[in-house]
Amino acid sequence: MVLKKSVLALAGLMAATHMFAAKESITVYTALESDQVKPYLEAFKKAQPDIDVKIVRDSTGIITAKLLAEKENPQADVVWGTAATSLVLLEQNGMLEPYAPASLKHIDAKFKDTKTPPAWVGNDVWGSAICVNEVEAKKQNLPIPTSWEDLTNPVYKGKIVMPNPASSGTGFLDVTAWLKIFGEQKGWEYMDKLHDNIGQYTHSGSKPCKMAASGEFPIGISFEYRAAKSKKEGAPIAVVFPKEGLGWDLEATAIMKGTKNLKTAKTFVDWATGEDANKLYAENFAVVAYQGLSKPIEFIPSNYASMLIDNDFAWSAKNRDAILKEWSKRYESKSEPKK
Amino acid sequence: MRSVWEDSNRLLLSALTLLLTLGLCVIILAPLVQILAQSFFDAAHRFVFLDNFIDYLTHEKSLRLIRNSLFVALTSTLIVVPTAFGFAYALMRSRMPFKPFFRYISFLPLLAPSLLPAISFVYLFGHQGFFKPWMGGGTIYGAWGIVLGECFYVFPHIVMIFLSALSLSDARLYEAAQSMGASSLKKFFTITLPALKYALVSATLVSFTLVVTDFGVPKVIGGDFSVLATEIYKHVIGQQNFALGATVGILLLVPSVVTFLIDSLVQRKQKAVLGSKFVLYVPKKAPIFDTVMFIFALWVALFFLIVLGVAFFASFVKFWPYDLSLVLKHYDFSSMDGGGWDSYLNSLTLAFWSALLGTIAVFTTAYVVERGKVFPPLRAFLKLLALLPMAVPGLVLGLGYIFFFNHPHNPLNALYQTMGILVVCTVAHFFTASFITATTTIKQIDDEFEDVAESMGVACYETFFKVIVPIATPSILHIARYFFVNAMTTVSAVVFLYAPSTTLASVAVLNMDDAGDISSAAAMASLIVATSLGITLLFDALSHFALKQSQQWRKTR
Repeated sequence: MVLKKSVLALAGLMAATHMFAAKESITVYTALESDQVKPYLEAFKKAQPDIDVKIVRDSTGIITAKLLAEKENPQADVVWGTAATSLVLLEQNGMLEPYAPASLKHIDAKFKDTKTPPAWVGNDVWGSAICVNEVEAKKQNLPIPTSWEDLTNPVYKGKIVMPNPASSGTGFLDVTAWLKIFGEQKGWEYMDKLHDNIGQYTHSGSKPCKMAASGEFPIGISFEYRAAKSKKEGAPIAVVFPKEGLGWDLEATAIMKGTKNLKTAKTFVDWATGEDANKLYAENFAVVAYQGLSKPIEFIPSNYASMLIDNDFAWSAKNRDAILKEWSKRYESKSEPKK
Repeated sequence: MRSVWEDSNRLLLSALTLLLTLGLCVIILAPLVQILAQSFFDAAHRFVFLDNFIDYLTHEKSLRLIRNSLFVALTSTLIVVPTAFGFAYALMRSRMPFKPFFRYISFLPLLAPSLLPAISFVYLFGHQGFFKPWMGGGTIYGAWGIVLGECFYVFPHIVMIFLSALSLSDARLYEAAQSMGASSLKKFFTITLPALKYALVSATLVSFTLVVTDFGVPKVIGGDFSVLATEIYKHVIGQQNFALGATVGILLLVPSVVTFLIDSLVQRKQKAVLGSKFVLYVPKKAPIFDTVMFIFALWVALFFLIVLGVAFFASFVKFWPYDLSLVLKHYDFSSMDGGGWDSYLNSLTLAFWSALLGTIAVFTTAYVVERGKVFPPLRAFLKLLALLPMAVPGLVLGLGYIFFFNHPHNPLNALYQTMGILVVCTVAHFFTASFITATTTIKQIDDEFEDVAESMGVACYETFFKVIVPIATPSILHIARYFFVNAMTTVSAVVFLYAPSTTLASVAVLNMDDAGDISSAAAMASLIVATSLGITLLFDALSHFALKQSQQWRKTR
């Protein structure tokens, strides 16, 4: 009896502390770049000083895997700035809480879930870009590539790095883009040829461009934000947008079903999809979801939007597992020790 | 009167023994049992016994990983064991100058996370490295980069084994050989080497195990060359496939357990070598030999200093390799992965608590095991528990902690995702080496102290705090330093356990390298080395002071 009482008291105490914590804080999973998260969060803190946001940041693949693994016992309240492909996948698993944020009518129809209320809402478009180190290219007599096809030229053998699509959202959008541009069979043939030129597959989508910037590998397949930023910081790189078209995905936001902090989560999502946040996204990305806020970005061409390929998030989400399995079978088991 | 004291002493010791046994069961045994059990279940929680292993081992890819791990471990061992032997030999058997300096240098790698040598080798031998022209078209990314990094990381552990083995050589044997006119070479092969055979076995096994279970080096410099240790990380972090992680983890446990068993067998045999009339060997002057040894040691020391120095230097370079001006901006971690300066502060917190609680736990356990006088079988079991962590790779321990502490029915579940679990895990991970140090020290303290104290009716804790602890202070400081430094540098166990509010400096190095911010990774790694070095010097000074105090105590006696 005494034991039972004390257990109850303890449970009550824990519930009380939990409620107290719930009033103030939410856990947000994100695949946004670390150097973006900081200013974004500072802005949020200014708008909502009473909400403490705990950020779990990692590459898209890891965030996705983590969320799927925690399906029975979700730890995240909100997923923010994570590939729409991944959010569609979560939705297909019944893991998202549909919510119509305050600014929904301002969001471009292409950049949100079609259902009402939508399961997820986009923030901005991020897409492929190639970083080519001009100093090293000159030193090693490498032509500057202009297309995806160019990258299979044997002169680039061992000179190219790209992100591993299993861990990196940027890697995955490249792979799906090649399957779309060249067709399924030709797409894999293309990657076979490209694989011969790859020096290394990296964990994150930023690393290839950073490696290209420092000349460690002359060519890095990356994405336009990192490319433009590295160039702005003085890296001797040319930013190449391949002429066949650019793979892309949306950084998007959603509420996790089963969150114990639904109200706070909604407040955060209202902000993250609202005008102020989109203005911040527009500093980094040429195309943002909130209509009328997109503006040109240095080193990104003005016709950027027209270079994006047709995308089908549902298709990418449904085939994600199969594509990654095939990719891993082809290229992970082939990478023998290089001596 | 006396029997009351005795009774209360017994009661106290019994309670302590039980408490410590229970504690070590929770922090060491239970997580291991949990991961072992986990490896017998499939993803849908069905019992499949050995199917996971059979499944895993029949994949062509797994066999390649095992081959890769074996190749790297064997090659590193073949390089590092003779080199470390030569270095230890130079320290113990020559009269080369600057010996204390060389000894310090050889222990430097212990102060750095294993990621640091890998980062340095990228700067040294990468495509933009200092020595790139010497590489002749080869690449550092892959097997050879891993081997180089591991040699740096494993070296001090092996040197220590040889140093202690060489210090056991009996001078009388050499004198006898000398009087019979044996040449130096003959003496080396008939006296020195045979006496070292057990140390050679230990060194080989320890080196092999350390390399097989390390994942810091292959993660940074392995490129697309995967090994078993990086594979666990990929399964668990990359795909959240804990079941497969457990399976690979158990595979990694095999070499560690074998090493542990053979090593303890060898240790037992080695004791018999020591006779009571032992005379310490003192090397004689031999100009040519001394010079050769000096030059050799100088090369090794130079290699170590370059590896550490490069990471340190690179952390200040503005934009490698195009703008070599020196700046501090890579030490601003605020826009980087890994948690920034908070992680550094978290690491300090972790190191402080691990040192404090770990030292208390280890020293009490050692005292109870050696001098407890109650429940002999339970104390034997407690000793076994204390020795167990030596046989468990960090990755496996960390994974076991996830399974055990994140279990919804575990009342300790609240510890999960806190600093508490990191401290507990770090204490458990580095328990054994400290425990052996503590046991050795306590063994050297005459047990008549306790007998006298007991006959005078002094409570056992009074004897413990007024006699044992003061005498053992240098050894206690040594243990605290060991915990502190390891808590700063470790990656393997804690990489599975940190939470958004408890990110760690060593893990931040890994995450920043993953994101491509290698200069900042080098900066954080340098920060860890500087901190560890500072703490080491501080503790050495304290220890020196304590020794002086205890010497004084001997004088007044």
